[in-house]
Amino acid sequence: MSWILILEQSLNGLQFGLMLFLLAAGLTLVFGIMDMINLAHGSLYMLGAFIASTLVQATGSFVAGVLLAIPATAAVGILLEVSVLRTLYARDHLSQVLATFALILIINELTRLAWGSDAALPMPQALSGPVELLPGLRYPAYRLVIIAVGILVALLLFILVTKTRVGMLVRAGASNREMALAMGVDIKTLFTLVFGAGAALCAVAGAMLAPLFAVQVGMGENILILAFVVIVIGGIGSIRGALVGAVLVGIVDTIGRAFLPILFGIFFQPRVASAAGPAIASVMIYLLMAVVLFFRPQGLFPARG
Amino acid sequence: MLELRRVSKRFVGVVATDEVTLEVKSGEVHALIGPNGAGKTTLISQISGTLPSDRGEIRFDGRDITHARPYERVKLGLARSYQITSIFKRFTVLDNLALAVQARSGSSFSFWRPVAAEGSLFDEARSVAGEIGLSQKLSSIAATLAHGEQRALEVGLALATRPKLVLLDEPLAGMGPEEAQRMIALIDRVRSRVTVLLVEHDMDAVFRLANRISVLVDGRLIASGAPEAIRADEQVRKAYLGDEVAA
Amino acid sequence: MKRSIAVFIVLLGFPLVMSAIDNLFYVSFASRVIIYAIAATSLNLVLGYGGMISFGHAAFVGAGAYSASICIAEGVTSAWLGWPAAIAASALAAWLIGAVSLRTRGVYFIMITLAFAQMAFYLVNSMKAYGGDEGLTLPQRAELGLGLDLGNEVVFYYVVLFFLAISLYGLHRVMQSRFGRVVVAIRENEARAEAIGLPVHRYQLACFVIAGAVAGLAGALLASHGKYVNPNVLHWVQSGTLMIMVILGGVGRLWGGAIGAFVLLGLEHVISDYPIPWLAAVAPNYPQHANLGVGLVMLAIVLFAPHGVAGLLSRRRGA
Repeated sequence: MSWILILEQSLNGLQFGLMLFLLAAGLTLVFGIMDMINLAHGSLYMLGAFIASTLVQATGSFVAGVLLAIPATAAVGILLEVSVLRTLYARDHLSQVLATFALILIINELTRLAWGSDAALPMPQALSGPVELLPGLRYPAYRLVIIAVGILVALLLFILVTKTRVGMLVRAGASNREMALAMGVDIKTLFTLVFGAGAALCAVAGAMLAPLFAVQVGMGENILILAFVVIVIGGIGSIRGALVGAVLVGIVDTIGRAFLPILFGIFFQPRVASAAGPAIASVMIYLLMAVVLFFRPQGLFPARG
Repeated sequence: MLELRRVSKRFVGVVATDEVTLEVKSGEVHALIGPNGAGKTTLISQISGTLPSDRGEIRFDGRDITHARPYERVKLGLARSYQITSIFKRFTVLDNLALAVQARSGSSFSFWRPVAAEGSLFDEARSVAGEIGLSQKLSSIAATLAHGEQRALEVGLALATRPKLVLLDEPLAGMGPEEAQRMIALIDRVRSRVTVLLVEHDMDAVFRLANRISVLVDGRLIASGAPEAIRADEQVRKAYLGDEVAA
Repeated sequence: MKRSIAVFIVLLGFPLVMSAIDNLFYVSFASRVIIYAIAATSLNLVLGYGGMISFGHAAFVGAGAYSASICIAEGVTSAWLGWPAAIAASALAAWLIGAVSLRTRGVYFIMITLAFAQMAFYLVNSMKAYGGDEGLTLPQRAELGLGLDLGNEVVFYYVVLFFLAISLYGLHRVMQSRFGRVVVAIRENEARAEAIGLPVHRYQLACFVIAGAVAGLAGALLASHGKYVNPNVLHWVQSGTLMIMVILGGVGRLWGGAIGAFVLLGLEHVISDYPIPWLAAVAPNYPQHANLGVGLVMLAIVLFAPHGVAGLLSRRRGA
């Protein structure tokens, strides 16, 4: 086990965590401000990837395709919000769960009809090589780009939320919705904006991760649950919590998967290690979530109260 | 019976209750008055246990209950009614009260025997209903009751747990004169059995019912004593009563 | 009550009719529907009556299914050992998951139950010894003895029907009992329930565990029925499917879970096995996209008929 390997896996974890943050940020705001469970958030991530794959093929340029996919996915998100999701804000959580679950089914099948079960979004040639960060540490350039994009978007979000008027309204809404309403904030437009922004973030994550993972129907659901874990750990309505939670989850998951089996191999017999190691590694983040919840049922940085 | 020592609660940037020390004697009706936002409901919530205190000690019947969970306090005989009506809206009046009686009498980890077979539960519920004046409305769904009747049920739920001390948070809130008179009469009726800590804005009710009065302003207790003394107190007049109340 | 008995008489007679016309496939299919009815009924307790939106119920069905399967795979074929083991395992899982999850409320609770169920899925998926992601095939169904051969479809049907009957009757009695009252009261107004002296958390946990235990029984029966179990039983989409059944059939109504299971599985069967000519003309692959129809129907129900089929039925009778 070398330091190079640890650094490498840490970078992988950071990269994954930052992308998770993009999903979690949008989701936590929707929960916090609109008090709505949106299971279809993962579907927007999937649509971002599929739309990007088509646009990249159409324009012949990775950058153009990804950049165009962002407003396109945001548009789909806004369409969804205005047509279906708006009616759910006033409904109880169970109805929201079932309705958005239904939306997942519908969107998955429509995607399958339009694109088939998967699509391809290959890594851009220019970025497919490794970069030498430190002597001996060669890291894929593309993953570095993802980290850079993630940090950039996080900074942008931070500035947006803390320094602009819209951002202030969003934070007010997240910590006390009734108060925001009472202060005469145009709630409808605010909600639509927040939702569109969340969809845009999903698109970025979906498009950027597409060359690394497969673009296929159902990819949204798997990452959605991780986003949930992030939000539970970070605290609903808190972007800072989403960032901390996402990076934590990304690193714990990646490092856990990489090193836990090895660790087990040192301490336990091979038979036990090979069975228990991967099993525990795959549930590390859930154990993390359980531990956090036990001490802080509201998460690490709850926006309310 | 109830002792508060330096009970405090702070929210972000706001001190809601500030080192409140007061005593409620057994058998009395003790009124807690003060302007809106003075911290009265916060204090009640701290006493009932739904809001944990930052500092201070709460003793009930000789026991330290500062860290006891709300349901444990109820089991010890400390009940509460809410300022904003909080009843079981979709249950009937009878079922509302029967539930409170059920909560008091033994465990509800009973899975087979139908509640309907427990005649004593419902008899007791009926008698509480009689006390609060809702005998004619036993089979009405709580949500269909008039405001005053709902407030009566609100108090009834607290009384049905047979408490030693009951915290009444603005029981007369939103009531017309007739309903208010009925509520005042109700509190008068039960005072022989239950100690009462009454939070109220209705000064008529306060001065008619209270043995002693405590005044809370900006989270601090500024006066506590017999009604005449409070009425005459300069500080209290300035802060709250104004010159409306004749000496 | 009379309606329920009438339904059961029909259900009792069903396999005899099927045997007479020599169509045992439907008896087996009916058994599967009944097993899901039991699972959905257990979710109805927690979700419909208890108001706890648990999105991880499939984990308990799965715990039961895997426990029962592991027993049989290891040679313990007696249902008298395997099925109680399944119930115990799922009750334990429900107790552990409930103890942590019920410390939270609202949106948190839903997400946490979902996350824990997915955790169970990954755990089971990595159990290479018992099939991992390929699942575990069983050599036989569990054995009841008593001269009853569970390998016989008709016998199996009556056994699961028996369990459905006691599940429904049990639910009926529980909801009339002190416990049932408390559970509903907590759903209606949790703060006030605590304010009248009820230790809310304990009752919610008990409700959760009971539901988990019954779900475990359903899981054990499911494993025996198909002689096969795989991690998909625990997947959160399965939890969602169970929730669909409950809302379809009617949340908080006694037969809600059963009706929902019947309607959903029946529809699924009809769509995949009976070609609809006009639909086939428009979209030749339509059975592969059946989920689109399910999704649209579900969305319609949530938006327009929130009380499910049972709700519609009782409204039409002017109840």
